[in-house]
Amino acid sequence: MKNISKAIKERAIYTFLILMVLFFAVASPNFLTAKNLINVAKQVSIFGVASVGMTFVILLGGIDLATGSIISFINIVCAYFMVNLGMNPILAVIIALLISTLCGFLNGVVIAEIGITPLIATFASQTILSGLAYILCNGRPISRFSEGFLKIGQGTIGAIPIPILIMVVCFIIGVFILNKSYFGRYFYALGGNMEAAELSGIPVKKITCLVYSLSGLFAGIAGIVMLSRANTGQPNAGLGYEFDVITCVALGGVSLSGGSGKMSNVIAGVLIIGVLSNGMVLMNVSSYMQLVIKGIILLLAVGSDCIQRKRLLIASKAG
Amino acid sequence: MSADNILELQHITKYYPGVIALNDVSLEIKRGEVHALVGENGAGKSTLIKTCSGAISPSEGTIIVNGKQFERMTPIISRENGIGVIYQEFDLVGDLSVAENIFLGRAIRKGIVIDRAAMVNESKKVLDALNIEIDPNVLVKTLSVGYQQMVEIAKAVSQNAQLLIMDEPSAPLTKQEVQSLYDIVDTLKANGVSIIYISHRLEEIFRLADRVTILRDGQYVKTVNAEDTDEDELISFMVGRKLTEIYPKRSSECVKNEIMFEADHVSGNGDTDISFKIHRGEVVGLGGLVGAGRTEFAELMFGMNKKTSGRFLFNGREVSPKNPREAIEIGIGLVPEDRKQKGVLLGMSIKNNINMPIYQRISKGAVINKKKEQSIAEKYRKEITIKTPSIEQLSKNLSGGNQQKVVLAKWLAADTELLIFDEPTRGIDVGAKHEIYSLINTLVEKGKSVLMISSEMSELIGMSDRIFVLAEGRISGELNKEEFDQEVIMRFASKSKVEG
Repeated sequence: MKNISKAIKERAIYTFLILMVLFFAVASPNFLTAKNLINVAKQVSIFGVASVGMTFVILLGGIDLATGSIISFINIVCAYFMVNLGMNPILAVIIALLISTLCGFLNGVVIAEIGITPLIATFASQTILSGLAYILCNGRPISRFSEGFLKIGQGTIGAIPIPILIMVVCFIIGVFILNKSYFGRYFYALGGNMEAAELSGIPVKKITCLVYSLSGLFAGIAGIVMLSRANTGQPNAGLGYEFDVITCVALGGVSLSGGSGKMSNVIAGVLIIGVLSNGMVLMNVSSYMQLVIKGIILLLAVGSDCIQRKRLLIASKAG
Repeated sequence: MSADNILELQHITKYYPGVIALNDVSLEIKRGEVHALVGENGAGKSTLIKTCSGAISPSEGTIIVNGKQFERMTPIISRENGIGVIYQEFDLVGDLSVAENIFLGRAIRKGIVIDRAAMVNESKKVLDALNIEIDPNVLVKTLSVGYQQMVEIAKAVSQNAQLLIMDEPSAPLTKQEVQSLYDIVDTLKANGVSIIYISHRLEEIFRLADRVTILRDGQYVKTVNAEDTDEDELISFMVGRKLTEIYPKRSSECVKNEIMFEADHVSGNGDTDISFKIHRGEVVGLGGLVGAGRTEFAELMFGMNKKTSGRFLFNGREVSPKNPREAIEIGIGLVPEDRKQKGVLLGMSIKNNINMPIYQRISKGAVINKKKEQSIAEKYRKEITIKTPSIEQLSKNLSGGNQQKVVLAKWLAADTELLIFDEPTRGIDVGAKHEIYSLINTLVEKGKSVLMISSEMSELIGMSDRIFVLAEGRISGELNKEEFDQEVIMRFASKSKVEG
């Protein structure tokens, strides 16, 4: 019995998700159809992918504000390679992902080696990358990609759209890194107490660089998917995306002070955002009102988590 | 209460869970006297002054200030009754001026506007009265530590402090600054202010104090007139206790004739020219006062800080670890003093903690071998009897002694040969202490070596094969087992630059 209640507590976010699904299923007849649910998954695939990297960063106690700009930048870089340079799409994607990883890596270096706080460091690179994207394309969108490339964002395998599959693979990789690899243990240790982690022999700077590199890589993948789906490269394609991604991770119960959180709960966080947006559109909630409701949901979810934590703290002190 | 006394403490007792920090201590401070308070680390000096300042409430006893009787103080009541405390950490705001700091929280105002000129004027009066030459307009952060301390004193005096408690005021000061401090103490005394002066430096006690009170193990030992005593007598009062039989015996054959670690004229991180050797199977004790540079030396050995000169040799090979990771690879492990902050990862399980340094080793590619992870953690849980229902238990749910064992298990799993223990039993109850000592014995019996930093004299003598004493970042003495003597160690530890 104790285990069940513990499991429910740990998975409170899924309870929340299910309640929300039930609510929209009742409120809107079009909601609970296979077509619409696949639609929801497709809509969240881009920030779903980026949230994998962001989860690592936040587990470390950091934050990555560059995510949206990396998405925009890679959008333009990849488009530029294919259209302006006539590069083979596969090669263009690979090089673009390397560049996005490098962007993340540089964030990591600035944070770990120079010691600039993540908030400022990634905000600076957000601005820089956004500027570079505009420079590269002269502020004009780039379009006309090959059929093959468009498959990434628009194709399906069986009945399932490829972006969803990409998101699922990214989440599997995320779960693997956190649960099976020794890097995952390092992430938790570092986020929990950097000093103690270093004194246990963890290469703190290397791991910090690795985590921001991964965040760059996953943002890059998100950027490619977005480019293919939109069929046009926009220098502001990822504008503000970092906040959606951070919202997903925070909804997923990853502590913003680092050291605790689960990838599986982040998946729920991503789905909540998707279900919420989709359901509200189906119910004809105005887009202004949608913003208000999203903000309130974030406060509720994170707030209840904080209250829970305080209770646990008081309980552990009393005991 | 005699009218001559500014402060009387009667039968003050302070319990903490499992510990009696102060046991029935009574003390009288006369008006206008400088009263020194001495004792070893952990003798109860800080607890006693915190009782006076209102930082803690005594479990039993009475505090009488100026004839008024109190069960307990609060910081506000304490200040209102003329008690000022100069802690080692100053309560100053660096970005405010000297005058603003002196009047912090009590700014002189004209209506709602702060009257800067009046504050500067008043500050000047206070500073002049103490013969302190500081411009009240400068920012506190631009002042040296010595001057900042003077600002603290001026602040207390401006609040009409009649009793000033100074906690090791000379510790952070240079020689000249100490001289100025003495002058200020003399001036205060001439103005009728009483002073409780805590210090480890015995020579300054004889320079300043009228009377000296000695505390030991939380108990009042004696109050003597400074002129009727000498350093030797004070030291014997401070340490005068028999070693209790909590130190398990170990075979003298542990120490091998093989040098495992050597520091060769090493300087850096505040330490100067440190040389010593550790043999295989040896427990070397590092004694000295808090701030003598012992932890700092451990940081050099463990790669947390860079040495500026000298060499380290490990098993005959020169090594210079640049970070803890490299130190661990060499074979050095550190059990830090601040267990909760630096030792264990509180939010992670015992299993994770024990395997943390070796995760890479027990992984195939990036994938952790979970069977190994499990079996290693189980092995050490049993071997050093970590009391827990499961190795999945989070470290924060363990007692201090068991957390210490987790840290130790981590280094055993990593197969380190030289273990540095920094205050290994601080905050651990007596039973668990005994277990930690037994574990240290087991380690050296297995051919590992131990460097033990300890401020507890009896622990140092009870556990070490040899002892080095540090004072002000230098080795001030070395003792072999047959020379162990608390008074000698104390003398080496309180050796100042002037003598050395």
